[in-house]
Amino acid sequence: MQDRAPKAVLGSEDVRRATTRMAHEIIERNQGLDGVVLIGIQTGGVWLAEALGGEIARIDREIPTGSIDASLYRDDIGLRPVSPAAVSDIGFGIDASTIVLVDDVLYTGRTVRAALDALGDYGRPRSVQLAVMVDRGHRELPIRPDFVGKNLPTSTAEDVSVTVEGVVIS
Amino acid sequence: MSRSLLSIDELGADGVRRILDLADTMAEVNRRPNPKVPALRGKTVCSVFFEDSTRTRLSFETAAKRLSADTMTFAASQSSLNKGESLKDTIETIAAMGVDAFVIRHRSTGAPWLVDGWTNASVVNAGDGWHAHPTQGLLDAYTVRTCLNRPDGFDGLRVAIVGDIKHSRVARSTTAAFTALGADVTWVAPSTLLPPVVHEHATDRLDDVIGADGEGLDVLYMLRMQNERMTEALVPNLREYTTRFGLTAERAARLAPQTLVMHPGPINRGVEIAVDPSELPGAVINQQVTNGISVRMAVLYDMLSIGSDPTSDIVITDAVAAERTEES
Repeated sequence: MQDRAPKAVLGSEDVRRATTRMAHEIIERNQGLDGVVLIGIQTGGVWLAEALGGEIARIDREIPTGSIDASLYRDDIGLRPVSPAAVSDIGFGIDASTIVLVDDVLYTGRTVRAALDALGDYGRPRSVQLAVMVDRGHRELPIRPDFVGKNLPTSTAEDVSVTVEGVVIS
Repeated sequence: MSRSLLSIDELGADGVRRILDLADTMAEVNRRPNPKVPALRGKTVCSVFFEDSTRTRLSFETAAKRLSADTMTFAASQSSLNKGESLKDTIETIAAMGVDAFVIRHRSTGAPWLVDGWTNASVVNAGDGWHAHPTQGLLDAYTVRTCLNRPDGFDGLRVAIVGDIKHSRVARSTTAAFTALGADVTWVAPSTLLPPVVHEHATDRLDDVIGADGEGLDVLYMLRMQNERMTEALVPNLREYTTRFGLTAERAARLAPQTLVMHPGPINRGVEIAVDPSELPGAVINQQVTNGISVRMAVLYDMLSIGSDPTSDIVITDAVAAERTEES
């Protein structure tokens, strides 16, 4: 992974367009926004949850947006340093809501698994959907996304970085 | 990450900040209806207390349980120590049962360092003699940080620690924690209750420190006047102590309302605090107790989330390594 030059796969315009499309898909799939909330996974999913929230507000109306840090629920604590990077912030009840969980990259699925466990400690949502900007494959758990910005076949040796500026593989 | 927490000095300023940042995450867990996370499943924390304690032992055990660790308690009074078993044998016996962390309180200075040398488990010093009580210092710093909203440090913060400094491990650890974050700490005590190594800011005039307008202090930290010291004739009598060094109604009225009043507990009512603490606008004594759980969760997680023995080779599989790159 060191000898490869970083390769830009998506630019900022592509990320913006994908965000807009996913916002439309979220509204369409849920036949509106009743009970729909966005929760970004700390830290990479938070900006995307906010961007999706902004687009959804532009298209229809504002919906509650929060963030969750799933570090304390990970299954690799003790195998590697796992340190919470931010404090979870869910300022609304999630019972009976439809949660759209948001992350930048979907890879092994272990972060999403941890986030699902964490959500369970805040309440019992009616359903949980998953939105990611990049699905890079290599799943180790039976988890699939509902909304995808870009499917990106990668090797495990590669590093995928997603920001509002675009998607870069290195 | 550190394997053991023995003193604030060994933790260092960066370590203090790391624990306090982590305590924010733990405080959020504690605010939930179900304040429990699975982070330390399978880990065992054993509290080994050779001195009486209510809040520290319960606080550590609550912290461990909220992280899903198992807890064991060793009470010296009911143990084979009465049959003559040595401290070392006791620790080795408990360690052989599979303990990941010892939380130890002992009347002898340095005992936690000895224990740390005898075991591969993590060791937390929960008070050794007059020497150190680092988690108290951390929870005091966390309380100031949250109550005064000072997440970036304590530069310029004026703190007075009042009372029996000489015999107080709390005074030493809390001074170290506050100083590490940049606060100016003044010790206020009669000269008989100051340690032989004199702190650069020490005085026996509490009223000068508070100031005539009550604006001289951001934090007034009252220590427990240990009644058992009275036999040593270090203060003439408790009434005179209260008049010179206690938080009397007159001083409480003069104190600026935003000044925090702190106390490590248990309070000798009528001695170091001669007013009802619940009527002081700046009293955060109960918050100290509540924050103690979050801070001790942070300490336990910081030590145990890397495995019990970081000197061993931690096996990092390709998948974990790749995931780490993805998240960095």
